[in-house]
Amino acid sequence: MAQSSAELHKKPSPQNHHHETFPWKHIVGYIISLVLTALAFGTALRLHLSTTMTLTIIVFLAVLQMLVQLFMFMHLTERIHGDTFQKIFIYTGVFFAAVVVVGTIWVMTFKSAVS
Amino acid sequence: MESAVNHAMIAEHELQHDVPLEFATEDGSLRVLGFWVFLAAEVVLFSCLFATYIIMHGMTAGGPTSKQLYDVKGFAWETFFLLTSSFTCGIATFEMRRGNKKGVIAWLLVTIAFGLGFLGFEIQEFVADVHAGATMQRSGFLTAFFTLVGTHGAHVSMGILWMTSVVIQIARRGIDSMTSRKMFIVSLYWHFLDVVWIFIFTAVYLTGKVI
Repeated sequence: MAQSSAELHKKPSPQNHHHETFPWKHIVGYIISLVLTALAFGTALRLHLSTTMTLTIIVFLAVLQMLVQLFMFMHLTERIHGDTFQKIFIYTGVFFAAVVVVGTIWVMTFKSAVS
Repeated sequence: MESAVNHAMIAEHELQHDVPLEFATEDGSLRVLGFWVFLAAEVVLFSCLFATYIIMHGMTAGGPTSKQLYDVKGFAWETFFLLTSSFTCGIATFEMRRGNKKGVIAWLLVTIAFGLGFLGFEIQEFVADVHAGATMQRSGFLTAFFTLVGTHGAHVSMGILWMTSVVIQIARRGIDSMTSRKMFIVSLYWHFLDVVWIFIFTAVYLTGKVI
């Protein structure tokens, strides 16, 4: 813990970090998430669209809801000392995840040709 | 010991300057960054389980299919409980930043309660599946299903224990730069588990009801 108070004084002050009195951001995020969830359930279970159409819509809704969590609940972009590195890490993780999932599905579409 | 005193002093100092406490020290700030690295690795871990599940989905070996097995009511409640717990955990972070110790503890306890509710539904679901003959060893589909959903459930269980310990620390020490950092990190973990669940209810349950 080599923290000197002189060092602390040098730190940049945060951008407009005033105390809010009511958690609007969280409540809006929660309502958006509930709506997106309801839409996904409705699309999959009530609307009888084609399979491809249904899957495309619910995956899109899931990605939207993930963004709500990341930006409204997880404070991804509000670090005081810069959020560049945490964004690089998490985006890299998401990139590899997408490559693994999409790549696997794509490769396995060839299984009938091989077997 | 010395570091605890130091933390408390820094806490005082930074509170005046309106910086969120969890980022107030270089140490706290780096640990939060380190946790994002861990989360990135978790994203990759779960992506492998998802990829496996998606490929194994049709390989039921004459056993139950996802359409027969998945109970809409059950996974709808699980989804609602986990999403709500993610929200209440966000409120706990909000209260922490206002320096409201009782508020943080209360909202974390609500979060834990919803987490336990989620686990209750999930355990009920797994028990029902097994009683219906849908065991992990029945088919490739069920192996992948229990591995993916079970790994998430294990994470939730772990998160409940972890969050409980953070509640105890905040109750004993109050909100300082160390406890606020621990609380912020456990809240990141909890929100992350909800993100994973979003993809589980989409790619496993809803998709399993469509195809």
